[in-house]
Amino acid sequence: MPEQPISLKLTAKDFKSDQEVRWCPGCGDYAILAAVQNFMPELNIPRERIVFVSGIGCSSRFPYYMNTYGIHSIHGRAPAIATGLSVSRPDLSVWVVTGDGDALSIGGNHLIHALRRNVNLKILLFNNRIYGLTKGQYSPTSELGKITKSTPVGSADSPFNPLSLALGAEATFVARTMDSDRRHLQSVLRAAAEHDGSAFVEIYQNCNIFNDGAFDQLKEPATRDDYLIRLEHGQPITFGKDGQFCVVHPPGAFGLEVRETAGVSPEEIVVHDATVTDPAYAFALSRLAEADLRHTPMGVFRSVRRPSYDSIINEQLSTARAKANGAPEEQLAGLLTAGDTWTIM
Amino acid sequence: MTKQVRQLDRVVIRFAGDSGDGMQLTGDRFTSETAQLGNDISTLPNFPAEIRAPAGTLPGVSSFQVHFADYDILTPGDAPNVLVAMNPAALKANLGDLPRGADIIVNTDEFTRRNLAKVGYTASPLEDGSLEAYSVHPVALTTMTIRALSEQEVSKKDAERAKNMFALGLLSWMYSRSYESTLAFLERKFAARPELVLANITAFKAGWNFGETTEDFSVRYEVKPAKMKPGTYRNITGNAALALGIVAAGVRSKLPVFLGAYPITPASDILHELSKHKRFGITTMQAEDEIAAVGAALGAAYGGALGITTTSGPGVALKGETISLAVALELPLVIVDVQRAGPSTGMPTKTEQADLNMALFGRHGEAPVAVIAPRSPSDCFFAALEAARIALTHRTPVILLSDNYVANGSEPWLLPEVADLPDLSVQFAAEPNGPQGQFLPYLRDPETLARPWAIPGTPGLEHRIGGLEKADKTGDISYDPQNHDFMVRTRAARIDAISVPDVEVEDPDGDARVLVLGWGSTYGPIGAACRGLRQRGLTLAQAHLRHLNPLPANLGEVLSRYDRVVIPEMNLGQLAHVIRARYLVDAVPYNKVRGLPFTAAELEQMLEDVVKNA
Ligand SMILES: Cc1ncc(C[n+]2csc(CCOP(=O)(O)OP(=O)(O)O)c2C)c(N)n1
Ligand code: SF4
Ligand SMILES: [Mg+2]
Repeated sequence: MPEQPISLKLTAKDFKSDQEVRWCPGCGDYAILAAVQNFMPELNIPRERIVFVSGIGCSSRFPYYMNTYGIHSIHGRAPAIATGLSVSRPDLSVWVVTGDGDALSIGGNHLIHALRRNVNLKILLFNNRIYGLTKGQYSPTSELGKITKSTPVGSADSPFNPLSLALGAEATFVARTMDSDRRHLQSVLRAAAEHDGSAFVEIYQNCNIFNDGAFDQLKEPATRDDYLIRLEHGQPITFGKDGQFCVVHPPGAFGLEVRETAGVSPEEIVVHDATVTDPAYAFALSRLAEADLRHTPMGVFRSVRRPSYDSIINEQLSTARAKANGAPEEQLAGLLTAGDTWTIM
Repeated sequence: MTKQVRQLDRVVIRFAGDSGDGMQLTGDRFTSETAQLGNDISTLPNFPAEIRAPAGTLPGVSSFQVHFADYDILTPGDAPNVLVAMNPAALKANLGDLPRGADIIVNTDEFTRRNLAKVGYTASPLEDGSLEAYSVHPVALTTMTIRALSEQEVSKKDAERAKNMFALGLLSWMYSRSYESTLAFLERKFAARPELVLANITAFKAGWNFGETTEDFSVRYEVKPAKMKPGTYRNITGNAALALGIVAAGVRSKLPVFLGAYPITPASDILHELSKHKRFGITTMQAEDEIAAVGAALGAAYGGALGITTTSGPGVALKGETISLAVALELPLVIVDVQRAGPSTGMPTKTEQADLNMALFGRHGEAPVAVIAPRSPSDCFFAALEAARIALTHRTPVILLSDNYVANGSEPWLLPEVADLPDLSVQFAAEPNGPQGQFLPYLRDPETLARPWAIPGTPGLEHRIGGLEKADKTGDISYDPQNHDFMVRTRAARIDAISVPDVEVEDPDGDARVLVLGWGSTYGPIGAACRGLRQRGLTLAQAHLRHLNPLPANLGEVLSRYDRVVIPEMNLGQLAHVIRARYLVDAVPYNKVRGLPFTAAELEQMLEDVVKNA
């Protein structure tokens, strides 16, 4: 029987570092930090085996505030740095904290490759749909026509949908949550932590200075019930105050559509299953949201199994090691003298 | 017919043909046969830039030059004494390098009107008298090979392909090589296809016998073994030696090795080689780009591995920001730059030393790193170990500047004893180092100024590091002006604190007034030029730099001893610039950037002028 891990009895406080938190008052990052610190004890992993790696941006200051190991690295490169760490230290729990600019603009390449490889990283993308740290330019998730300091008459480029992108990059775990809903956030973190391989979590985060209220429709009592779709594995996807809306897959259609629950028979309502192998299902879910955030699903979109890059690489190493004979020094001597040699007396 | 046997002290042979003709393999085999006889050897391949340029064209010519002698030699030779030209393109591409009187062995079967036209010959050079200055040996290599294999069960194509073995057999006979190793090699290479083993061995023997019987080759040559230090040798290229040096660094440091790399000529072979050595705990990752490659290596270094990234100039340019991060994080990291001709894509298969400026200065902010350069193919092994030593002891990025010339060139390597290799073991931080029992990640070793290497997994040492300026000792974020000034100076002092051996001066006469100073791969040609001059009674001193940052402590004193300092470089004077700025010495730069190594002859001529006018 596997040994029951002893409870480390850690608390949220154990994960607070001695550094003063320096985000703007009211920033959504505070709520995410608190949620993560609250969740961490649940992992029951000693602090010294947890590492947070970030890029650059307001969000990327995160590691300084966690009393674990951490690297605040350079813009966009956190997934690459974390990959080297994770692969060479499978005993660690490695988390990446990144922003929408960090992950999707300058670091887009590293993000998609980390996901495709399925590196054992938990990637938290704080999406505030703006460049916070550089004081308010539009980002790759800002809506078309966004007016910012660098786009006084509106941005001309269409945004990425981070989840669609991650799914296209072969991600095995894709989820979305929100800064203001701690319970939901922690439940998503839990699922991400349990996932073997890359877990990609988009966290809607309010930047109250440069893009205030970007996600208000999902938070305001007047709109949230009709806008936000909560995904629960194994449950029919319905939403609205009284569950008056639902998601269906009309025969012949490519994707999913929203209908009034009253107008469809119960068996037509899609039952959420995050383990569907074909990414087309999660992709269709990721396309449900409208530009005004109407029909935004929250929760775990996809969670499938595929061997992690780390496990494949480490298996190759241990297979090679198992075949090797002798002390490393002897093996090295053998390697140096391999091939055509000759001796001069 | 008995043949005359003549003794030679040295020979330079160049095998040239179409990229499909197997010239690299032929050269390799000839080298191996030669090594077995105890000659000193130096080789240099020359690959076409295109993978498969159209057959028979000038861009498709591939060649391999081997220089062997009965004494120790320093270069693959300036000019071939013998050219083996498998087709008109090979003749045309290489003729300009031949001295008068050189032997040319041509495969006449390929000298068809069509092939001649492909390279712009209107008449066959074999017939129009244009090769009168040379000793031409026309041999119908293809026909004779096919004939020799007529009884065998191989396709015409496979028979034709064996013509390089015919050529090898002929040359092996001419220079009295030992062929056992080649026969054994063919058995190994074609183990899965016995008919090809037989065909290639038959072709080889046919070439050998042809030499023995034909009247065209009346002389056979011998080159006596060189006096070499006793021990076991193998022939090795710079890239292979560098890869083995990395394996050795892993073994001697007892650390796992993590190599992050993105394929690029001429560095890819290091990745290929290291990917075979997983049993030593070496992880190789082919990353999505050079930035990820160095990032992953740095991440692994943070986790306690020996982090390495291998690339060429364009890749180093991409890695710059991460190298700066490594400077700020003060973590060990080895960056190998196998230089090629730039700027931009430049001439990817040609050599150059023009990345020195980038290595020394090519980062934002004050971001000093250690820089070292190997002087010869086998020296790449020791340079890799030295790079690892500096990185691990001083917790700093180290740039190792190899180049295409040493990377692909080969020479005999006296194999070291593993026990004699430097001990690179490291001590990870295990407990708090602060006065109040706290951990201070930027508290330094007073001698090396290195900070503790505290790897994740160590209880009680949890700490955060990053690219933002850090307060001395605590490593906390700091914008304090005094602190920044202090930290910038400390990072510079860290590099200056690296112990590097004094530069040695070779001045056998002891009264030289001219010093020739070089670095990296120019060691061979400079050394050969100095030797030539000294044999002619001139005196001059040679010094060669392995460490380019920090420079050896005695360098200023050495430079001051001479009236004239000459610095030959395959760039526009990058080291000369440093020397002039640093030591106020009016050094004379000598620069060629043709994508080719210096010839000993041109350096000899240049140095003669300097010595006579000093
Ligand atoms: C190489 C490089 N380019 C540009 C910058 C400037 N920069 C810092 S953060 C940032 C954008 C951050 O936006 P995001 O990732 O969305 O993070 P946020 O601040 O919104 O959390 C930029 C452009 C930098 N630090 N490094
Ligand atoms: S600028 Fe925006 S994202 Fe950055 S700390 Fe302030 S509120 Fe938060
Ligand atoms: Mg942002």
